[in-house]
Order: sequence, then structure tokens, then C-alpha cells
Amino acid sequence: MMSPTQWDLPPELCCRPMAFVALTGLDVTYNAIHRAIWDAFCANRRADRVPISFKVLPGDHEYPKCRTKRTSYEWYIPKGILKTGWMNKHLNLVPALLVLFYELDWDDAVWKEKQSECATKVEIVRTSLQGRNTKVAVVLIQKKTPLPPGEDLVASERAASLCNACDLSGKSLFVLPHTDHLVGYIIRLENAFYEHAQTYYYTEIRRVKSHKEFLNKTTHQLLFVRHQFKIAFFSELKQDTQNSLKYYRTAYSLVHELRTHETNMLEIKTMAGFINYKICRLCFQHNTPLDAIAQFRKHIDLCKKKIGSAELAFEHTAWMSKQFQSFGDLFDEAIKLGLTAIQTQNPGFYYQQAAYYAQERKQQATHLCAHEASVSYPTPDHLETPSGALDFYGQRAWRQGHQSIDPPHMEKEKGGILALQMKEKDVPHSELIIALLSNAVAQFKKYKCPRMKSHLMVQMGEEYNHAKDYTKALKLLDYVMCDYRTERWWSLLTSILSTALRCSYLMAHIKDYITYSMELVGRASTLREEQKSRIEKNLIKVLMNEVPEAEPDCDQASAKAAQALWSDRMSLAGSNEFTIEVQDYVPFVQCKAKFLSPSFHVDDPVQLHVYLRADCPHPVRFSKLCVSLSNQEYNQLCVVEEPCKSQDILEASSQENMCLVPGKTRIYSFKFVAKTEDVGKKIEITAVDLMLGSDNGRCVFLNWRGGGGDAASSHEALLAARSFKSRGRVPEQHVEWDTVSIQASTMIISRIPKISVQLSHEPPALNNEMYRITVSIQSNEETVTKDVKLTAGLKPGQDANLTQSTHVTLNGLEMCDESHPALLPDIAIGDLQPGEKVEKCLYVRCVTTGARIFLFHVAYALSTKVEGKDITCRCHKDETVTIETVVPFEVAVKFVSTKFEHLDRVYVDIPFLLMTDILSASPWPLHLVTSQLQLAPTMAAMDQPQSQVEQVVLQTGECASECFSLQCPPVLNGTSSVASGQYLISWKRKSWCADAPVVTTVATLPHVMVETIPLYVHAELPSFGRVRESMPVRYHIQNRTGLVQDVEMSVEPSDAFMFSGLKQVRLRILPGAEQEMLYNFYPLMAGYQNLPQLNIGLLRFPAVSGQLLRRFLPSRIFVKPQGRQADDASIAAA
Amino acid sequence: MAVCIAVIAKENYPLYIRSVPVQNELKFHYTVHTTLDVVEEKISAVGKAMADQRELYLGLLYPTEDYKVYPSHMIKNMAVTNSKVKFVIVVDSSNTSLRDNEIRSMFRKLHNSFTDVMCNPFYNPGDTIQSKAFDSMVSAMMVQAS
Repeated sequence: MMSPTQWDLPPELCCRPMAFVALTGLDVTYNAIHRAIWDAFCANRRADRVPISFKVLPGDHEYPKCRTKRTSYEWYIPKGILKTGWMNKHLNLVPALLVLFYELDWDDAVWKEKQSECATKVEIVRTSLQGRNTKVAVVLIQKKTPLPPGEDLVASERAASLCNACDLSGKSLFVLPHTDHLVGYIIRLENAFYEHAQTYYYTEIRRVKSHKEFLNKTTHQLLFVRHQFKIAFFSELKQDTQNSLKYYRTAYSLVHELRTHETNMLEIKTMAGFINYKICRLCFQHNTPLDAIAQFRKHIDLCKKKIGSAELAFEHTAWMSKQFQSFGDLFDEAIKLGLTAIQTQNPGFYYQQAAYYAQERKQQATHLCAHEASVSYPTPDHLETPSGALDFYGQRAWRQGHQSIDPPHMEKEKGGILALQMKEKDVPHSELIIALLSNAVAQFKKYKCPRMKSHLMVQMGEEYNHAKDYTKALKLLDYVMCDYRTERWWSLLTSILSTALRCSYLMAHIKDYITYSMELVGRASTLREEQKSRIEKNLIKVLMNEVPEAEPDCDQASAKAAQALWSDRMSLAGSNEFTIEVQDYVPFVQCKAKFLSPSFHVDDPVQLHVYLRADCPHPVRFSKLCVSLSNQEYNQLCVVEEPCKSQDILEASSQENMCLVPGKTRIYSFKFVAKTEDVGKKIEITAVDLMLGSDNGRCVFLNWRGGGGDAASSHEALLAARSFKSRGRVPEQHVEWDTVSIQASTMIISRIPKISVQLSHEPPALNNEMYRITVSIQSNEETVTKDVKLTAGLKPGQDANLTQSTHVTLNGLEMCDESHPALLPDIAIGDLQPGEKVEKCLYVRCVTTGARIFLFHVAYALSTKVEGKDITCRCHKDETVTIETVVPFEVAVKFVSTKFEHLDRVYVDIPFLLMTDILSASPWPLHLVTSQLQLAPTMAAMDQPQSQVEQVVLQTGECASECFSLQCPPVLNGTSSVASGQYLISWKRKSWCADAPVVTTVATLPHVMVETIPLYVHAELPSFGRVRESMPVRYHIQNRTGLVQDVEMSVEPSDAFMFSGLKQVRLRILPGAEQEMLYNFYPLMAGYQNLPQLNIGLLRFPAVSGQLLRRFLPSRIFVKPQGRQADDASIAAA
Repeated sequence: MAVCIAVIAKENYPLYIRSVPVQNELKFHYTVHTTLDVVEEKISAVGKAMADQRELYLGLLYPTEDYKVYPSHMIKNMAVTNSKVKFVIVVDSSNTSLRDNEIRSMFRKLHNSFTDVMCNPFYNPGDTIQSKAFDSMVSAMMVQAS
């Protein structure tokens, strides 16, 4: 019985109790129909089907015998709380309902015989269930589909007779037609079975309850618990979980009312554990997890102190561990079914606690079971029982059923305890602990407790260490170490490292051993100085290829085995070189590397310092220090080795150069000349390697990626930056470690150019002109500059449109076009002697206005000497300038009538004027070379247009105007908008030489509305009149339509004129014809005088008013006064 | 009375940690370290809900079963300061007389004393606390090791 699973809860306790229904009369092996029926019962038992567990039993199956029922409990003394077989009996052995299957159709030929055979079978079954309340039911398997009830008279008659013969109630006889709808029938059948089963369990509950009145509190305490448990269990079978929970709770409180003493402690705890399990399980099932947790806490509080026999204390801890574990399992199961747990309340805590008790158990076991080798397992075995199992849960095999306070037999008792202790020795404690811990780890991982997880993993690692599975231990410890390192919990890290060191020692893992030692003697370790010193001495031994001393706390045997392993390792040749990446640790040597400047000119030597510092108790010697750079060609220049003291090491020290004294900072400096092809590139420190040990012993390379630093250094640097100490004055030659910062990369930049580039030009640039920029380059170098090249033009990287609208050329005599680029690269200039100066003119044409940045890049090569080495450096100098482009002038155009009145439309064949204004916007004087009018076909000039602004010079803000007389040929329909043409202006800057190209600017003239007019009137009159001198005025009236026009004309009187001619007339003008009207005006007054107004009305075109026509006619005329002789008369008239 | 008092830096490393009895020190270190899980979770939850709340006391974190030296529950308490420095007090809860407001007053004392440490111009924020005044204040709050 003493197996590792002794503490496991029995499966019958942990399962969900379901009503047990036994089926007989089915031959599932040979009869296909029976097989189908049985399959329909067992297959697809989903949650929607009633909870029944079915079993097929033979007709003559023997059921557990029912003991004769006790009528009185007066002299009865119970031997224990619960029999071990009881739960199983009611789950699997005693059915609530027994169903007999029998093939019989209502119209069977041999009905009588079959009926009696069936009755016999029922009888046999009944007999074998003698004394039980188990119900019996009969199912007739029929081939025919039954008729609706009541219609088949034979059936009802025969059913009644069968019931009678078998002594069955009508409710217990069922018919199962073997047809297509088998599953449907089966489901109906099992629902009926379920009802029967419930009735059975109900009567069982009643039966157990009825015992209560016979019990008394003094002798039958155990029975109170037993009965409550049974009632609760039957209620569960009945699926009445609410009541079940109630009864279990009563049972639980009753179990704690029992008198406890050392002999029955285990039994009480076992039962308490069982009942507690049931209660918690039901609480989770009822979705009241808090009740479950409360119950469990209560349970633990009540039972924690019930240790029982001190010699078997490990049993108590084993039991406690199991309690926590099974609660954890229940909790976890509930979560899988939809319960939500939280960070501070999840199954992990219970597994963790279970692991804790398992650890306690292990300790107690080692303490209590430390028997001398001479003690052997007692014979006879007191743990043997006649049946091989216990009668009651939680009792001792050697005194079953014994309920008094003192053990009956002291010898047996001792033997039994010894036997149990011996058995406990064989329990794989570490395995149990590790399993529980890993369960807990899984939970804490799920509920976001990374630190708890790490803590448990440390425990697992330690447990593996105890179990001597060092590989697994190291794997786990290694995994969590970095968490503690990054969180800077040095005390915890030290403890983990110490365990890891022990593991690696016992396995003789040299690399791990060195790695852990390095960290343990370093600054992150909280070990005492003498321990560090011991570890460092061991480390030095390993480096010298010797066997280290054993770690403390190793047991003798393991230490001895480890010594042997180490000796083997030492004797083996090869694998004596290790590289340890220390970046992620806190090793005992700190390293920081820095370039002295973030950039070096190619003609300066690159300087690099490596700072080293040891934190261990004793000085360490190293044999090599090398720095790896991104360009590996420099690597050979950055090495310092013991035998050959390189000239590059600047620091002169009286002490040994390759020895690190604890707490003192050592500087190693390197210097090299960068290669010219590295100009513009970054040089990075990719690694720093420090070699400990020697080639003939064992050598270990400590490797720092980049410029050094380790897991702790960045935080230390941060603290140092905040520190008040950093403001203190540092004496010369002494380097404060914390103030050193890593500079792992540097740029190689080109040599500073000694050349001057100057630009002269007259900004702003004018739109479209060839803008001249003069570049003068002067060499200030001491030697010849070779291969000077100028790259000039639009600076790349600006708006893409600028590239399209900017053109650069060296030829200033021709206008440049789209084919010219925006940037002229590498214009060769040749060599320049020291002090020589060169000028270059560049012409830029900007097609659009706006600001542009122009770049002038002068590059050249030069030979120079650095640190005794000849190098050719390329230097370059950049000059940029921002140039604004503006329009040189504005062109304004307007249309006016011959009377200089503004026109919004013009009339066909009637002359009008085009006026242009050129307003200079340039800050520099403009020279207008010429202008030209290019008319569209829809316009015609009245005469040969000639430029009126030729060779005019415009100062800023000045305006040049021109005027052209034009006429429009007829248009197709009455009105339309027509193009006018273009106005071309040729110009250049006044200041530029005569052969500079002329820029032609085109201004497009606006469109104008042209309208056809039906009638045109124009007057022919002298340019002036004279008082009292008649002047003839001729009005020409043209009909411009294809129709005959009726025209009404009248002349209104005027104070200033007398006139002769037709005052009012109505005439008719033929199509295209012209009518001439002659008037003689006789001016009466001098000065500008309004002419008598001519009114014209068109009868056919009322829209054409006299007003409109009047616009074509002069309205005033200047009248000169009369000659001298007329003076008096005029005065008299005034 | 407390059995362990710890001050944890913003970056979650210990600035100060002391416990009685000394032989179980490592266990207390682990205990304090694991509480940081819950603290971080609580701070982030509080941070989301009520960023400007002045309540610094996080209350009882969780009770656990415990050790052979101290049978019965241990209660861990927690407070977080505005600078995200955390205080952890581990109390032996067999001492049932300890009430919430008493714990609060312990934290207040601890906080005041910590403020004094921070005001010391020779103290670097982020360094471990080495102050006699702080030490004696902590000692006064600790269970006297018998």
C-alpha cells in the first residue's frame, strides 16, 4: 500500500458521481442489434444527455452481498469512518436500476413460453440483488414499429400479463422497436431510467438518514461523519449538488468534532481532506470560487497543526503538500472551464505552497529516516494486510479498526513506523518538488508574475542540484540569472551564482566555472572578501591548468568524483582556449575603450585609449590586450602583448605594465594613421579582447563587444553623472573610473582645405537672363595643389522642379536652353601653385522665380606627411550661396477707343487702340533693345506698327509705354472672344557688356470681345472751329447689315452753335450703302464747346441706341476766338 | 512590528533592505523581489485609472502561507512614493493586533526618514542608503530578534 501515490486522492473521490444503471440481457459481442443498442447508449454522451454511467452485465452477474441490516446500534462500536470500498461500490458495483433486455414481439408465436422465460430472468436478477433497493426494469426489443398506444389491443393485454408475470409495475416495462430511430428511442429510454435512478438514490438517502435516531454521541461519533458523507455522496449521485454541498459541509464540521489523538490523526486528516476536496470541487462547480478558497483556507488552518506522530512528521507535510496540489488542480480546472483568476489569486500560489511542503517533507524525511546502515526493513512487514488493502481510509495497516487512544501493540507500532520511514527513504522527493514547482512556474507565467517565476525557477535549479542533475540545474539558473542581473539584485544574483559555480565545479565544466568565478569575484558579488579570495585563487589555478579546490557545501563523495573529472579534463590536450563574452555579465575586470575625439582628420593620427580596472581581491596579470576595429587592417596596430613592449604604449609605469592592481585604473593608449580610403567612413571598435592565462597553460579571452562596458556599467555611469563627487577636482595622472565614458566610434574626415573660394555677382537674378557669377579660387597651401576641380551649379537635394528650371553654362555669349544641366560637375582647373588665383565665370539661367541655393565645390589632391608617412589627401571646400530670382518688369496691356476711353469690347471694322506699359521691377537699370507686336489673324494693324521704346533704358520703378492702332476684321456671329497676339520685349541688363545675349520676354496679349454693329456713324469735321466762321461737318452713316435700314435722325439745338442742315429727317439706307449728311456749324463761343447732339434711332434695331452710336462721334470741338478786329464785338456780346 | 523593511529604487533594485532574523535574509530578499510583480501591476493599473491621486499606500499585497520560523501568515505591505521609490514592509501576521492605520503610520515614518536621506546633499539618488538615522528608525520598527 505504501506507494508514491499513497497521498493521491482516490479516483472514485475525484470523479463526478453519476447514477449507475446496469444493463443485462445484451449480447454485445455476437448480436449486432444488441451491439447497436449498446453503442447508442454509450456513444456521444454529451452534456445534454442525462448523467448516467451504463454498464453491461451478464444476467447471472453477482452483485456485492448486502449485509443484514442492523436494527439496533446499541452495542455497535464503529471501526473507522469510511470504508475504502464504499464509494466504488456505489459508483460501479451496486446499480440504481437494473434493466433487463429481452427480444419479444407482441405477436410472437410462442408468447407464453417467452413470457415465462422473461419472468425467470427477472427472478434471477432479483435474487442476486437480494436486500438492495435496486429497481428492475424490462425492455422488450421488438422488430416491429409499435402502433400508437391504445390501438393495439393485443399489445396492451400482453403487456399487462407480462407485468404480472414478472411482478413489474407498468412504468418499468419498456418497448424498444429496433427501427431507424434507434437513438431517439434510446434517449427516451435513458430519461426514464434516470428518473428511476433518482428515486433509488432518494430512498437510499432516506435509509441512511433513518439510522440517525439510533446513534448516540459518545460511541457513534464516527458514524455521524460516515452517514453525512454517505448522504452527501448519494445526493451527488442524484445530481442534487446544492444539498450535497450542504451535507458535505456538515460532515466537514463533524469530522473536526472527533476526538483526535495520535492514533487516529491520519484517519481524521484523510477524511477531512476528502470532504474538503468535495466541498471545494462543488463550490467551483457552482461558480462560487471565493467560497472554495475560504473553505480551503479554513481547512488548512484547522489541519496545519495536526501533525500527528512526530516520528512520521513527513507524512503530515506530504499530506499538506497534496492538499495544496489538489486545490491547485481544482482551481486550474475551473479556470479551464471559464473562471477568471487574477495575479494575486491564481493556482500558482497553491502549487508553490505544495512545493514548499514537499521541500519540508524532504527535509523531515532526511532527518527522520537517517537510519544506520545496519537497520533493515522489519520482518514481518507490518504494512502487509490480509486483503492487500486497508478496510478504512487513513488507518494503519498494523492496527486496522483500532479506535482507542493508545496503540494496542508497542512492538508492532515501532515496526510499522520503521517500515514507513524506510519506505519514505525511497520516495523521489526532488522529482515531486520539481514537478510542483514547474506547475507553479507555468501559472505565474500566465498571471504576469515574472519575478515569482524566476524565484521558483531558482528553487527548481537548486532542487536539481540536490538531485545531482547539474546540467538541468545550470540550464535553469543560467536562464534566470540575467533577470536578477538586470534588476541589480546583487544579493540574489550572488546566491544563484554560488549554486551555479558549485554545479559547474561538480561537473568540471571549465568554461562555466570560469564565467561564474569571474562574476563572483567581481563588484556585483556580495560575497565576503575571503570567499572572493578563495574563488580567485581557484580561478588562477584553473588558468594555470590545475585542479581547483572543492567548493564548500559539496558532499564528500561528489567532491571526490569531481576531483577525478577535473584531473581528466586537465590531462586532455586541446580545448584550452576559451572566449567568454563578458558584455552581459559583471566580470571582475572592467573595460572601457574610447577614441579621444569623435572625429579625426586624415592627416592626424587616430588616438585610442583602453581603460582597464580589476575589482577582484588580488592583482591579476594578463598577457595580451587587443582591440578589434571595423576596418581590420588597423587591428595589428592595437595590440599590446607581454613579451614585446610596443612603442605605442604611452604610459610609462614603474610597475609591471600587464598587471591589474585592484581598484586602480590602467590606461593603454594606441595611435595609428588612418588610411586615405577611410575618409568619410566611421571606424568602430567592434571588440576588446583581454587574454588571461598563457598559451602554454590555459588561456581565456574576455571579450567585450563594442567599446567595453558590462551589465552594470551603464547604470553606474548614470549614477556617476548625478553624483556630487564628479564635480570634485581630479588630480593629474589619476583617472576617476566613473568619469570615463565609452566612445566606440570615430569618423575619419578629410583634411582641412587651405584654399579660398570667393563669389562675386549682382543679385538678384532676373528671370530668364544669363546671370553671371564669378568664382575666384586661391590656393593658400604650401605645396602644389593638384587636380583642382570645380563643381558648380544648383545644390542637389532641393525641389525637383528647380532642377528643371535652372540651367548652368560656362559660355556667357549664348542663351542656354533646356539641354543645359543644373549642375556642372568636375570642371577641370588644373594645378595651382601656392598662392595662385584662378577665376571662372559661370552663367545661370533661371526660368522661374524664387530662391535657389547654388553650390561651389572645389576639390583637389595634395601630398603630405603624417607621422613620417607620405599620404595623398583629397581636400575639398564647399561654398554655397542663395540667389533670389525676380521678374525684370511687369507688362500691362489695355484696349481703349480712339477717344482713349476704356473699352470692354471692340467693334468689327472700327479702329481702336492697344496701349502697353512696361514697368521695371529690377533693382538694376534695364536696357530695352526693342519690342515687337505679333498680332493674331483676328487682329489687324491700321498701319505698320513700329516699336516706340527701342534703346530705352529703364531705371527701377520707371515705366515705358507704347500705343498701337488696331482694327478687327468681321467675325462670324454677332459677338465672340478673340485672341489678340503676343507682345515681345527684348532686353538685357544695362551694366553688362554689349555682346551679352539679349533676352526676349514674351507677354501674351489678352483676349478681347468683338461685336458686330449694324450701323456705323463717323463724323468728318475740321480739327478746330473759329467763332463766327462757318465750318462744314459731314456725318457718314453706314448700313452694315444686309437689310434696308430705316433711320431717324435729329440734331438738337445748342447754345454754342447755330447750324444749317436737316434738323430732323427720316431716311432709308440700302444694305452696305452709306448716307452722307452735311451740316454747317456756326460757332458762337470760343473754347471747348459741345457740338450739337446728333440723335440716331434705328427702327429695326431698337437695341442699338443713339447713346452707343454717339460714342463713335466727337462730342466737343475747340473753337478759337475771332481775330483782333472782332475783339470789341465779342466783349459786347459777353 | 515588521520582520523585513525594504526600500526599492525606481528601477526595481534595492536601495535598502533589512530583515530579522539575519539567517533567513535571502528568503526575505526573494520575498521582497517577488512582490515587485504585484506592485508593478498595481502601479500600472493605478496609473491608468487615477494618475493624480495622492494615495501612495497600496495596502496589503497578498498573504502567503509561511515558514517554520514564523508559523502563520506573513503580510506584505507596500507603498509607492511619487518618485516611484517603493517601500515594502513584511509583517508577521501572528501579530494580529497590527491594524491598517498602524501600518500606514509605519510607512509615513519610513517615508519621512527617506525624505531626510534624500535631502542630504552628500547622498546620491540611486545609491544604496547608508544612514545611521535611517538605520535606527528602521530598527525601531523591526521586531527585536530574540
